[in-house]
This record gives sequence, C-alpha cells and structure tokens, in this order.
Amino acid sequence: MSDFFSTLLDELPQVGAGLWVTVQATVLGSLLALLLSFALGLAAGSRLLLVRGVSRTVVEFFRGTSLYIQLFWLYYAMPQLTGYELTPLLCGVVAFGLNYGAYGSEIVRGAINSVPRAQYEAAVALNMTPLHRMRKVIMPQAWVQMIPSFTNLLIQLLKCTPLLWLISAADFMTTIEHIRSLTGETLTAYLLLLAVYFVLAYTLTLLMNLLERSAKRRLGLHTGGRSLFRTRTAEAVTTAGGTR
Amino acid sequence: MATEPAPLEKTAAAAVDPLHTGVEPLVRFDKVVKRYGDHVVLDELDFSVRRGEHVTLIGPSGSGKTTILRLLMTLEKVSDGVIWVDGSPLSHVRGPDGSLKPAGEKELRRSRKKIGMVFQQFNLFPNMKVLQNITEAPVNVLGMDKDEAESRARELLDLVGLSGKVDAHPSQLSGGQQQRVAIARALAMRPEILLLDEVTSALDPELVAGVLDLLSDIARTTDITMLCVTHEMNFARDVSETVLMFDAGRVVESGSPEKIFTDPEHERTREFLNAVL
Amino acid sequence: MNRTFDWDAAGDALPLLLEGFRVTLLATVLGTLVAAVLGLAVAVAGRAPSRFVTVPVKAVTEFVRATPLLVQLVGAAALFTSVEPLTIGIVVLGIHYAAYTSEVYRAGIDGVPKGQWEACRALSMSPRRTWQAVILPQAVRNVLPALGNYAISMFKETPFLAVITVHEMVFEARAYGADHFAYTEAFTLAGLVFLVASYPTSLLMRKLEKRLGH
Repeated sequence: MSDFFSTLLDELPQVGAGLWVTVQATVLGSLLALLLSFALGLAAGSRLLLVRGVSRTVVEFFRGTSLYIQLFWLYYAMPQLTGYELTPLLCGVVAFGLNYGAYGSEIVRGAINSVPRAQYEAAVALNMTPLHRMRKVIMPQAWVQMIPSFTNLLIQLLKCTPLLWLISAADFMTTIEHIRSLTGETLTAYLLLLAVYFVLAYTLTLLMNLLERSAKRRLGLHTGGRSLFRTRTAEAVTTAGGTR
Repeated sequence: MATEPAPLEKTAAAAVDPLHTGVEPLVRFDKVVKRYGDHVVLDELDFSVRRGEHVTLIGPSGSGKTTILRLLMTLEKVSDGVIWVDGSPLSHVRGPDGSLKPAGEKELRRSRKKIGMVFQQFNLFPNMKVLQNITEAPVNVLGMDKDEAESRARELLDLVGLSGKVDAHPSQLSGGQQQRVAIARALAMRPEILLLDEVTSALDPELVAGVLDLLSDIARTTDITMLCVTHEMNFARDVSETVLMFDAGRVVESGSPEKIFTDPEHERTREFLNAVL
Repeated sequence: MNRTFDWDAAGDALPLLLEGFRVTLLATVLGTLVAAVLGLAVAVAGRAPSRFVTVPVKAVTEFVRATPLLVQLVGAAALFTSVEPLTIGIVVLGIHYAAYTSEVYRAGIDGVPKGQWEACRALSMSPRRTWQAVILPQAVRNVLPALGNYAISMFKETPFLAVITVHEMVFEARAYGADHFAYTEAFTLAGLVFLVASYPTSLLMRKLEKRLGH
C-alpha cells in the first residue's frame, strides 16, 4: 500500500499531467459535442428537406457506429488512408465530440420541440423574424430544458476518456496503470481511479447545476439550495435511453 | 385602382356596411375557406370590418370564430379565398400576371405590421421580465430607440394598472395581471387592428371585470379596430358596434348588439343566446 | 504513405470479424439479461421500507453510473484473474447497465397509480403478493422500449471487452489490422457491421415506443 502511494508521490508530475490530459479531453470534447449538438439539432428542425436529411444521416451514422471504433478509426485507419495524423489527444477530442454531438442533437431537438407552440405564435403576433424568434424566445426556454440532459451526456463523455489509454494519449488512466504495473497494487490503483473519476463527474455535475440554476433564475424560477447537489446520471433514462 | 374589390352583393359584409359608404373596409373576408383534412371550419366566409369598428364574434364553440382571428394573424393559412386588409391581400402576393399566390415569410411580415393579438393563455415570454416582454418587439422589430420603447412601455403599464410590476417575471403575476401585460405588449406595437381571442376565458371570475374594463377603455379612447371572440355577452353589448353570430363556419346573423340581443332574427342565434345568457 | 481501400483485405477480414461478432452478440444478450434482472432487484430494493437499505442502494448505483465502464472492466479483470474474461465482461456490463435499468424500473414503478398500492393494502395482500401480482406486471410493460434502448447502447459498448482480451469483433479487427497492416479495412468493416445491426434495431425500438404511447 505505502509502496503504491510512495510511487504515486514520485510520479506526481506525470500523474498531474495525465489528469490534465483527461480534463482537456473532457472539456474540449464537450465543447465540440455541444457545438455539434446545436448545429445538428437546429438542422433537424429545418424547413429544407436536404438539411434535415443531412442532419439525420450524420446523427444516425455517429450513433450507429460505436465510439470505440470511431476512435480507433481516427487513430489507426485515418493515417493509413489519408496520410494525415492527429495527436492521440486530438483523436479523442474529435471522436468524443462527434459521437456525443450526435446524441446531443436529439437533446436540442427535443427541447426545442418541447417549447409550447403558443410561444411561437406570440412571437409571430409581434412580427418577429424566424431568427429573432429562435434566438430570443424559443432557445432561452429550450436551453433550461436541455441542461440536465446535457449534464448526463457530458458525464458519459467523461466516462469514455479512459479510452485514451488505449491510443497512448498519456491520460490519467495511463499514468495510474503505469504505477499499478510498477507496484502490483491492483486494488488500490483501481479504487483510486474510480474515486477520481467519480469526483470529476460530480464536479461536472455541480458546475452544470449552477448553470441550470442561473438559467432558471432568468425565467423567474428559483430553485432550492439542495437541488444544486442533485446528481444527473439518471437523467432522461426513461425517455431517451439512447443518450447513455 | 387595381385592388378595387368586386361589388359586394348580398353578403354578410353588406349587412355590416348597410349604408354602402363605398369606403374600402379595413378587413374583408372574400369566400374564405379553412379546412383541416375533410373537416370544413370556415365555409366560403364573407364579412367585412370598417376602420375603427369594434366587432364581437359570438357563436357556439367549434363554429370557427377563433380560426378567423388565427387566419388574420397569419398563424394559419387559408385553404381557399382571400383576406383583404386595407386593400391588400393579407396572405397572398400578386404575381406578374395578376393572379394571387400564397405569400412568403417576407410578405407575411409586412402584413403582420398592422395587426396585434392577445391570446386566451396570455403567452407572455417567461424568459423576459415584464418590461422586456413589452419592449422586445418595438426595439428589435420596429427598430424603436430603447429608451423611447421603455418609456412608452412604462406608460402602457400605467394604463393597464401595473406600473409596479416593471421588473417582475411573468411567473410572479396572477393570470389577470399577465393578461394586462399581454394587452400592453400588443398595444406597444401600435396595431391598427387588435385581435382578442377569448382573453378572459382563462381568468378566475373575480379578475375578469378588470380586464374587460381595460378593454372598454381602450375601445373608447383609441381608434384601434377590434375583433373580439368572447363569451362575455355584456362585453359584446358594451363595447362593440357590431355582433357577428357564427355557426358551422358561416355568419348566420349580424347587426348591432341591441338588435342581436333583443330581437334576433335567426333561430340558431336565439338558441345560442338562450343557452349562454 | 497514402493508400486506398483494399477490397481484398476487407473480404479477407470479414469472416474473422463475423466470428468475433458472435461473441459480441453473446455478450450483449447475456449482459442485457443480467442488467434486466439485477436492475429489477435493485429497483425493488430501492423501495424497501428501511433507509438502511435504500440509502446504500442509491449510493452504489450512483457510484456505478458515475464511474467509467472501462475502469470497472479492467479492474475486475485484474482482480479476478482466474475467471474467464468473457464472464467478467458479461457480469461487469450487466452490473454497469443494471445501475441504469434500475432507474427505468423505478420510473415504471412510480408510474403505477398510488391507488393500486392502497387497494392491495385494503385487501391485506402480503408485500410479496402485492409486488408479484399487482405492481410489477403494470410497471414492467412500460419499460420495454427503454430496456431495449439500453441493450442497443450496451451492444455499442461491447468493444470495451476487447481491452480485457475477450475475442469479440473489435478485438479481431484490431488483430487483423496489426497482422496485415490493414486497420482501415478492418475498422471500417467493423463500424459498418455495428451500423447495420444497431440502426434497424433502434428504429424498431422507436416504433415500439410509439405503440406503447411514450
């Protein structure tokens, strides 16, 4: 046991760097996923059949082919096929972003559809342009609905980042695996990994809950302090299921 | 003039404008049909409204009254026929050959300029405070100066008796208060025509009178043309010059409130009034 | 070193991948079975009258949901070296997804009207009989589409088993890619197999959801 932690202390700079890689992959992957969620989700509601069709195809493609394969394809196959090579971290960011962006587009689409039609009609009656309606009336209301589901989605993304270990990206998983192989302290190593990923997930949840609270405040809805600590991993399991 | 309407014959419009003043009515429905699938809601409907007139639409539910307002607000498309507003087709454009085609978003926005609407369920924007609910469209649609829009919004809130609620969220207001804000919001766009769609139906009984008084005031003090769907017969009697009785997508009878309420000609009108009064 | 897609290599790899796909399907079916049964048990335990049961149950499921499947898999494989990797894979997949399906069941149970519980008490039915004869039959019917969606999700996460040397499809794809330097063909094919298998199934689930009125 002490063997494990003394090695951990020796390797602390590497461990810190690994954790930083994991955080980077999560944050950058999440940003890309959010961007794609909105792009694909808004395109899914377009009046043009072509735009809707492209959105649908992209979403089904990235949902239907496993994330694992997308990551390996980017890492192993793309250099062979195109001659371009991405760094392992970038492979992760792109694969996570594409895969979870495809799932996230359903969140955006669903939330937009859940805004009552009466809100759209009131905006029409005030002669707003379609863009103005979306920006000032529909989206601010849909956004509040999206946050809990996005929290769950981003936690799923975070939980996939240990895959970086398999493409030698030197993430947190990689560094702890290394220490485990040096010390043979299997149980301690994996408990530490689980604990750290849990803390990361919970931190992400708290940040998103804060975001949700401020978004709700803007609607004049006040939430109790306890709701800030609510977990969101079970969000939308019954309806979407597929965002897992 | 190219848009000169065909002479009105024995249509309901003639009854609304019995003196044949020859002035183009502000709103004219010309054989308007609205169908949902096989279900016909409005059946070759003809009627017209003069500038400044206050018209109440009454009739059993499902008779198509609300649909008329929704067509005028361009929330629905006509299935057939043409609606004329101030001499121009509301939801059509004239092609180079003179024929009428359904209008696009751009033309529809031009048509909507003259028209405002107040809804049964208020439909305030929950993501905006009361003041912004009123100023949002004047600033970003009409391009009004922000300070000017705000001072006008405050005047309107004063008018509707809610000057203390400038910074409230809609969710913090009672139904009656929300409806007053919605009225102020519609007035802020300076509409020529105001559509009122059962504006008191969703209110608790004790809040109805306040909203109706406010609307009576507006009818008396402004020259806004009003089309009002309501079940409040007192309001119809006090505010409007003309009552249109609808049944099954057609105007069965029209006339002054005294005439309709005291001496209805049509059997359906009598039945309806007996049921509601 | 640009090279084009090699159809011969793809044809060569396909039988191997399909061999691996059988393991993939086996893991999905058995993993789903574990998740369906265990999830139900967890949901019922979460309804226990004592907080000494419900609080730990809630904490454990929350922890399982919030931590990576990959770490759980690799950890279990490293700790239980004597157990066959495929067995470990199925059990860990099953447990991980049970933490989700238990929520599905919970929602299903919550959806049973309160009057049903009260009626059971009025008839002095035993708790066991109440669950068996009244609550579960009503709860389970509505959860089928959600369970199906989780089965599809699990299917797409079976490649994780390759990490603990289960010879499922992606393991084979990676091996073939390494041996013949043909990653492009192997992974492209494997991806297509996933797409071809999962897309129609998710369409089916959506239909089922609509029919059950979700």
